[in-house]
Amino acid sequence: MSAAPLQAWINGIGLIAPGLPDWATAAAVLRGEAAYVSAPSVLPVPLLLPPAERRRASRVIRLSLGVGLEAVTHAGADASTLATVFAASGADGHNCHSLCEQLAGDDRQISPTRFHNSVHNAAAGYWGIATHSMAPCQVLGAFDASFGAGLLDALAQVAMDGQPVLLVAYDSEYPEPLHAKRDTPDCGGVALLLSAQRSAASLASITVAPSRAPAEVLGDAAMEGLRQNIPALRALPLLQRLARGTAGPVVLDYLAPMQLQVDLQDLRQ
Amino acid sequence: MTPLQLSAYTLTTALGRGLAAHREALRAERSALAPCAFESVDLDTWVGEVPDVDAQTLPEALARYDCRNNRLTLMGLETDGFAERVREASARYGADRVGVFLGTSTAGILQTELAYRRRDPASGALPDHFHYRTTHNAFSLAEFTRDHFALEGMAMAISTACSSSAKVFAAAARQLALGTIDAAIVGGVDSLCLTTLYGFASLQLTSSQPCRPYDAARDGISIGEGAAFALLERNDAPVAGTVMLLGVGESSDAYHMSAPHPQGLGARLAMEAALRSAGLGVGDIDYINLHGTATPANDSAEGQAVSALFGDTVPGNSTKGYMGHTLGAAGAIEAIICAMALTDGRLPGSPGTGALDPSIPIRYQRHGADAPLRHALSNSFGFGGSNCSLVLGVTA
Repeated sequence: MSAAPLQAWINGIGLIAPGLPDWATAAAVLRGEAAYVSAPSVLPVPLLLPPAERRRASRVIRLSLGVGLEAVTHAGADASTLATVFAASGADGHNCHSLCEQLAGDDRQISPTRFHNSVHNAAAGYWGIATHSMAPCQVLGAFDASFGAGLLDALAQVAMDGQPVLLVAYDSEYPEPLHAKRDTPDCGGVALLLSAQRSAASLASITVAPSRAPAEVLGDAAMEGLRQNIPALRALPLLQRLARGTAGPVVLDYLAPMQLQVDLQDLRQ
Repeated sequence: MTPLQLSAYTLTTALGRGLAAHREALRAERSALAPCAFESVDLDTWVGEVPDVDAQTLPEALARYDCRNNRLTLMGLETDGFAERVREASARYGADRVGVFLGTSTAGILQTELAYRRRDPASGALPDHFHYRTTHNAFSLAEFTRDHFALEGMAMAISTACSSSAKVFAAAARQLALGTIDAAIVGGVDSLCLTTLYGFASLQLTSSQPCRPYDAARDGISIGEGAAFALLERNDAPVAGTVMLLGVGESSDAYHMSAPHPQGLGARLAMEAALRSAGLGVGDIDYINLHGTATPANDSAEGQAVSALFGDTVPGNSTKGYMGHTLGAAGAIEAIICAMALTDGRLPGSPGTGALDPSIPIRYQRHGADAPLRHALSNSFGFGGSNCSLVLGVTA
């Protein structure tokens, strides 16, 4: 059986990365109109969450809610109706460190909140509480290939169900000593609102197919560093094309030897 | 959805390795739960520990993956001839046409817990032999499986707490329907670790006795571990007796991180979506493998959802009294139990469950019984409000 194309329209983009607090800032840098200035990631306060949950919201929750809501707002969509795919190479690193540290000591009575925040789908759970969305949420990871894995499942949902899907890919750092074993430097995330139908909000159509070609690298050393060091930002070559309005194929990193060729068409100029 | 064939399947739990061991234990209604003696854990609770996991060794070339979870992964893959069937599929379709979709809640986090006890006293560093990527990370079991079979296509780990390895069926079914792959290894592996044992105890959700799903006096879960796998393929003309995945339904509670929606609204949405996906009505379901964790809130919420949809007509039970709640592996394990029930024409029992909760008006099946079964529904609901229901059937 030959593969049906994995195709969708991109209707909204969200981005948070070190030195890039939102998609507008990132797009200007990716177009070469503004210089990249390195800075710690700025994570928005999750105002949608009830006060009790807001107080407990960790960095990954602020990050994923931030990029997800930016994409939804950008597209003019209603978050409460959207199916979601959350892709992350790890869960909440600081929470995990605290749990492991306590479990290594004499007092193993860990905090219930720390425990329920330790699940990989904590961000998706808080997203549902914040947006009141009872639509399906998929939560997956593939280490450095997590963005590609999320894109594959999100596009498959769009193709199968004909409904818009919000892809939220995000990563955060571990503190030491785990940082020495997994050196993600800071928080970073990308959200894409994908739709089966073209609409006034559509920025471009994408078609994804497997490839064995090498992934495109970014010319700017600092941006290439972000692409390599934060798995969600393996999406940056695609985002650069979107920012510049250049149609054509771009190969993204996935899981060796399989890469993903993304063909961009119908870019809104 | 287009039905998919389970061309091979297997499971390993505290009851033993493989289908035959489970068939015998399910029929005998024998529980494998025992007082917790795992590692250095000091908790008054019962667990379902798989025997001899640590005796399993990994191939030399894959030694970097060594941890309890991947030892259990390999035990599971090398049971019931499952690995041979995967190799045949890879040879038939190509190494890039067999996808890997595995669910887990904690993967090999035990390895990190142990490493934290062996930090360098001066620098605080973790030991050199600790490999985060290939043990702790949620993807490690999927990457290990992909490498073990030298596969070259798509792979992902799905981690939605206790619905993880039900949702893998949904993700794989989408890709098979689209033709991006020709076969999929689906399944789940979770192994005992301190995080889940002490974590569920902190939430006061562990019982000091063997768990008692849907019992009036139920007071918490028994944590188990296990591995279950299925090979999914398209098949337009399956022979009689073939187990098929007919439908999948997913939903979110949007309610609370660790408590279910009190009336089971998310659970009901998932079951309804699964029936719609299968093109079946409530009257078509012959058996429900309930999530049935044995906490007061979970069974009450699920029971209300099942009652609202099915009334008290369809026999259902939780099989967690056999091997405990295997968390991220439970969805796949219970899908395989449904496959066995369908092929054997035999409803499983519910060891541990005594006097049923009279406030939950469903047809709870405490003991096994022979029954002609055509369609089974399997429920899996996780922390964070992630729900998934599967419909399986057997061809006439």
